[in-house]
Amino acid sequence: MKVQVRYFAALREALGPQETVDLPAGTTLGALRDRLIASSSRHAEVLARGRALRGAINQAMADDSTPVPEGAEVAFFPPVTGG
Amino acid sequence: MPNDTLSRVSIQTHDFDLGAEVAALRAGDPAVGAVASFIGTVRDRNGGGAGEVSAMELEHYPGMTEKSIEAMIDAALARFDIRAARVVHRVGPLQPGDQIVLVAVSSAHRGQAFQACEFLMDYLKTQAPFWKKETTAEGARWVDARVADDAALARWGITADNAAAAAPALPATAGA
Repeated sequence: MKVQVRYFAALREALGPQETVDLPAGTTLGALRDRLIASSSRHAEVLARGRALRGAINQAMADDSTPVPEGAEVAFFPPVTGG
Repeated sequence: MPNDTLSRVSIQTHDFDLGAEVAALRAGDPAVGAVASFIGTVRDRNGGGAGEVSAMELEHYPGMTEKSIEAMIDAALARFDIRAARVVHRVGPLQPGDQIVLVAVSSAHRGQAFQACEFLMDYLKTQAPFWKKETTAEGARWVDARVADDAALARWGITADNAAAAAPALPATAGA
């Protein structure tokens, strides 16, 4: 299944605004992050497990255990700093 | 009844006017006896020993930002005895002294308005997808999330790990 991955703030600067990724059905957000980490050295640096990152699926905050649905809009970004 | 035609959330590049916002929030609702509001502004320095901030850029996640704040307002309406709430958040380039965010809440009595206003700000600080990038004489850098903001939300019984300890955020790309 194909999902769109969007990046914001420092991640957007490093990886670009978005990419499309082909995934096996049932992939979780955490497994998607691991696949992205394995996809290039730049991804590995930016999405490294030691970094504080937050993820969203279809514009709602999600955690590593959340399954990614078919056609989802997934996003990764740094901790938020608004207000 | 509260003014149902009033938009509850605005994400905008232009400035806002507190008086006009509060007037619109109260309009047509004679049950309102209290309005509490909070305005966040751009400081000229942001701790951490960095120098004076000469400019600030605010990025957000269009769509998710509005949805997440609408959900926070729903949560505030469920939790507190309030009449209406309004959130305005600016994005794009800002200068020190500029207004960034407005939260305004109307209610029959002050207690619930004060609490709901603080609840909405605590929620927004850790759950709404905005990112600040500040420019000082040392260059541009993304602002770090603060653990204190997670603690502020925890007072309301809501767990947040926005600023969870981890490797430092990526440095800003030069010239970006």
